[in-house]
Amino acid sequence: MNILIFSLILLAGAYVAGLLGSLTGLGGGVILIPLLTLVFHVDIRYAIGVALLASIANSSGAATAYIKEGITNIRLGMFLEIATTAGAVGGALLAIFTPVNTIAILLGVVLIFSAAMTIRKKHEHAEQTGSKLSHLLKLNSSYPTPNGEVSYRLKNVAGGFGIMLIAGVLSGLLGIGSGSLKVLAMDSTMRIPFKVSTTTSNFMIGVTAAASAVVYLQRGYIDPGMAFPVVLGVLGGAFTGARLLTFINARTLRIIFSVAITFVALEMIYNGFNHQF
Amino acid sequence: MNVFKKILGDRDIELLIGKQLRTGVVTASCIALLGGIFYLAQQGAASVPDYSQFKGEGAEYTSFRGIFHGVATGSPTEFIQLGVLVLLATPILRILFSLLAFALEKDRLYVFITTLVLGIILFSMFGGLKI
Repeated sequence: MNILIFSLILLAGAYVAGLLGSLTGLGGGVILIPLLTLVFHVDIRYAIGVALLASIANSSGAATAYIKEGITNIRLGMFLEIATTAGAVGGALLAIFTPVNTIAILLGVVLIFSAAMTIRKKHEHAEQTGSKLSHLLKLNSSYPTPNGEVSYRLKNVAGGFGIMLIAGVLSGLLGIGSGSLKVLAMDSTMRIPFKVSTTTSNFMIGVTAAASAVVYLQRGYIDPGMAFPVVLGVLGGAFTGARLLTFINARTLRIIFSVAITFVALEMIYNGFNHQF
Repeated sequence: MNVFKKILGDRDIELLIGKQLRTGVVTASCIALLGGIFYLAQQGAASVPDYSQFKGEGAEYTSFRGIFHGVATGSPTEFIQLGVLVLLATPILRILFSLLAFALEKDRLYVFITTLVLGIILFSMFGGLKI
């Protein structure tokens, strides 16, 4: 295969990954790494490097629209980024000492968890009593809904911060946005309405991914020959996905896809145990 | 009235941050696209490097110096890496914008929080983490 054909196939694959990632809310990176390693037989370290780039592009590209709508809670994002960036740097350091097969197994486990999270029941209720810390850190806010502005308050800030630290470590170690863990921290722990937690999580992913990507770039994980088709493909796919979402109901797709990704994850875990990475 | 004014100012800054993020991504993609086209025109017929074995990239792709040197000599792969640098800089620049925004609002707590996040990222950039 020559470089031209390889780049075009990679571009198409990244486009599909971006499309599915945006339709299902999983994000491009989570799909990209199995695609690169299992289909293209790329070393998982190269896959992690470019997947981080895809996460940054996705997050930054989508954030504009959400910020415009006024849903993103920027203070909350900033505060939690302390945890995710610190975790991400730690995770990127940890990656040096972690065997590649262990990373593949971990990634499989996170994939299954993410798949389960996409079909969970969503928390839409806006809490009216917040914790003391949420008030102190000025995290309580409001967001627009079809029925007007709804204000919400946060609970268990420390617990959410702790989960964010783990999300950051996983993001740095595996090269994914770990959006599902971020949403878990905000949705289930801090009791933030679903729309706010999804958009704020997306807003944070770019900064979290950049914190570990600067380490990976210097370590030589990011190859230009793969970087350009992947970044362009994922961005194009995510853009199409965002447009399609207004026409189609993604619920069925989400369930089918969650099952599919579970099988992919099992293959990653299986290969990891058999030392095939 | 005062509260209203404060919210309006807040929103302006948020919108600016949103725009900056998009501009960064668009710029990075354009650079990567241009570099990619040149790369394919120059080396498209060559066979694919063996990506199944991790060798790690050399200094030409991993350091400021290497990348800028390559761009200056017109090498397409370093040009793609320049796009990567712009992409990486986009969220970092966003933090700087937020810092400025919180400083203008005289929100000391968030100036501190934002500086902390920026510090962590700069530490990972320059902290000698390359092992």
